[in-house]
Amino acid sequence: MEQGKIYLSPEHEVVRDNDKCIRCQVCERQCANKVHSYDADIDKMLACDENCVNCQRCVSLCPTHALKIRRCENRFRENNNWNETKIRELYLQANSGGVMLGAMGTPLDYPTYWDHMLINASQVTNPSIDPLREPMETRTFLGKKNQKPERDANGKIITKFKSPQIELDVPVMFSAMSYGSISYNAHESLARAATELGTCYNTGEGGLHEDFYKYGPNTIVQVASGRFGVHGDYLMAGAAIEIKMGQGAKPGIGGHLPGRKVGPDVSRTRMIPEGSDAISPAPHHDIYSIEDLRQLVYSLKEATAYTKPVIVKISAVHNVAAIASGIARSGADIIAIDGFKGGTGAAPSRIRDNVGIPIEVALAAVDARLREEGIRDNVSVVIGGSIHSSSDVVKAIALGADAVYIGTASLLALGCHLCRSCHLNKCNWGIATQEPDLVKRLNPDWGYKRLVNLVSAWKHEIMEMMGGMGINSIEALRGNHLMLRGVGLNEKELELLGIKHAGENI
Amino acid sequence: MRRVFVNEEWCLGCHLCEYHCANANMGGVTAQDMVRNLRGKKIHPRIRVEDGADGGKINFAVQCRHCYDPMCVKSCIAGALTVEDGVVTHNPDKCVGCFTCVLTCPYGCVMPDGDGKVVQKCELCLRNKVGAPACAEHCPNRAIVYEERGTL
Repeated sequence: MEQGKIYLSPEHEVVRDNDKCIRCQVCERQCANKVHSYDADIDKMLACDENCVNCQRCVSLCPTHALKIRRCENRFRENNNWNETKIRELYLQANSGGVMLGAMGTPLDYPTYWDHMLINASQVTNPSIDPLREPMETRTFLGKKNQKPERDANGKIITKFKSPQIELDVPVMFSAMSYGSISYNAHESLARAATELGTCYNTGEGGLHEDFYKYGPNTIVQVASGRFGVHGDYLMAGAAIEIKMGQGAKPGIGGHLPGRKVGPDVSRTRMIPEGSDAISPAPHHDIYSIEDLRQLVYSLKEATAYTKPVIVKISAVHNVAAIASGIARSGADIIAIDGFKGGTGAAPSRIRDNVGIPIEVALAAVDARLREEGIRDNVSVVIGGSIHSSSDVVKAIALGADAVYIGTASLLALGCHLCRSCHLNKCNWGIATQEPDLVKRLNPDWGYKRLVNLVSAWKHEIMEMMGGMGINSIEALRGNHLMLRGVGLNEKELELLGIKHAGENI
Repeated sequence: MRRVFVNEEWCLGCHLCEYHCANANMGGVTAQDMVRNLRGKKIHPRIRVEDGADGGKINFAVQCRHCYDPMCVKSCIAGALTVEDGVVTHNPDKCVGCFTCVLTCPYGCVMPDGDGKVVQKCELCLRNKVGAPACAEHCPNRAIVYEERGTL
């Protein structure tokens, strides 16, 4: 229902240095939002600011660096209570009558606890380790661990795991992003990078494209509430199966892939008609309790002859620890927890910005609860939702995680500039789009190398930081809260995180 | 020998290669040079992007192949075109502008230069300040690559 639209000035404006512009029109050709145009009569490039989403594609490609995107200088009257964003969103809703949609993680200024934790290092009384000269193990295994050491007939300790495991060369995996929400080339880049890095990427709820079965050993296949693309071969194809109960960016609600993104390929992969909206319900309609979850976990295990670990992914919500305890008893091998800052291809902005809890406290609460109940070894814990760097990875592991998922970080490596317009299908970087002429802008031959570069760099940094602490394996760092100290946190926060304040001794 | 190859699957038709080619062959290297060299001028690049069928969705760049047995060199009546270390090279001082090479090049990669008096062609940027093909270096999607692919 559109009635009496209120004009809103553009959010961004294109600033072009006409002394530098050579009228090559690269900006015009590269902008899917049709911001730039060339006017031959006056020999000038023009810009339609209201179409600009500030994806920086034109800025990045302009050969003479003549372009800048600025926040539009037009301002409503200053008001700390009703700030610009709030007023703007209110006008948009009054214009359209619609739910506000957003993409990627919340842009709001919530605390990032990683930035309030500091990592320890060895001095004098214990030696640090130089990872360039001494062995340093970043390999880790995800899955249910043997409950107690057992010996074989010769009295030797059995080192083989009884339950299926995922083996990771580096404790960083690419989080679930479906084919449909992201492009074929983005998926190929992730799959090839995961294979080269010895880690895993995740299909998301969009099924596995037939071309990517060959990357199966490095694929986690997801079963979500829509059950898109799930069949026997799909379940058998991956290294593990993930049941998606929730997503950090939108806890409590399902998913919606608009019909315009469901082309022939996506349709075949998801096993739904072309052009139909792919709607994932908010709950799994067969899961209303831990007992129901247990049934699905065991159905999937049965379907794969108990060869694949099963992950249950939940979003970090208020009573996450109790839920995780239930999951650890449901037969699941791995719990994945997605923090409220996690990304998405599209979510109602109100939910993305207001629902859920920070991943740091969720992780600490879950780890503490599972230890208290003596069931920590039943499951591995993987966390995601705004891991920005290798130091966040180290802090997460020290706080109790077995591995982390990176989603937004991996898309940034592929060129994403966080314009948060994924839901528009016009991604100028060829990532969150299904338009063929945009999809080809991401050449997976270099895309996968950038992902490999990123994770390899992080691996080096993780080894350096572990070495500094005098720790030479991920196993020895896991849950090692004494390696962390808080700064600028209050007593309650320190208590919840289970860490001491900087300056406190052991 | 390394050559410039174009993979049209990844060519976006952005035409950046043309501008970098023109800049490099006018003695430019940096973005500032490009402003000085190309602002307000018609460019004469040695690589051309053809915007093809399907509403401009298929694009490809055309550039000199540096043939093993180049027709242009054979046809040159002035000895201006020669093969030097595998690179088909042009000497504008010798060129008489007969354009026989333009006629004989099966790929359309030898063309009259901006003034139309002599020809110009790709020399892999080996004789300008860039030193390696500027088109490949600046291709945003790695559609243009400069690599060794053995005997063609």
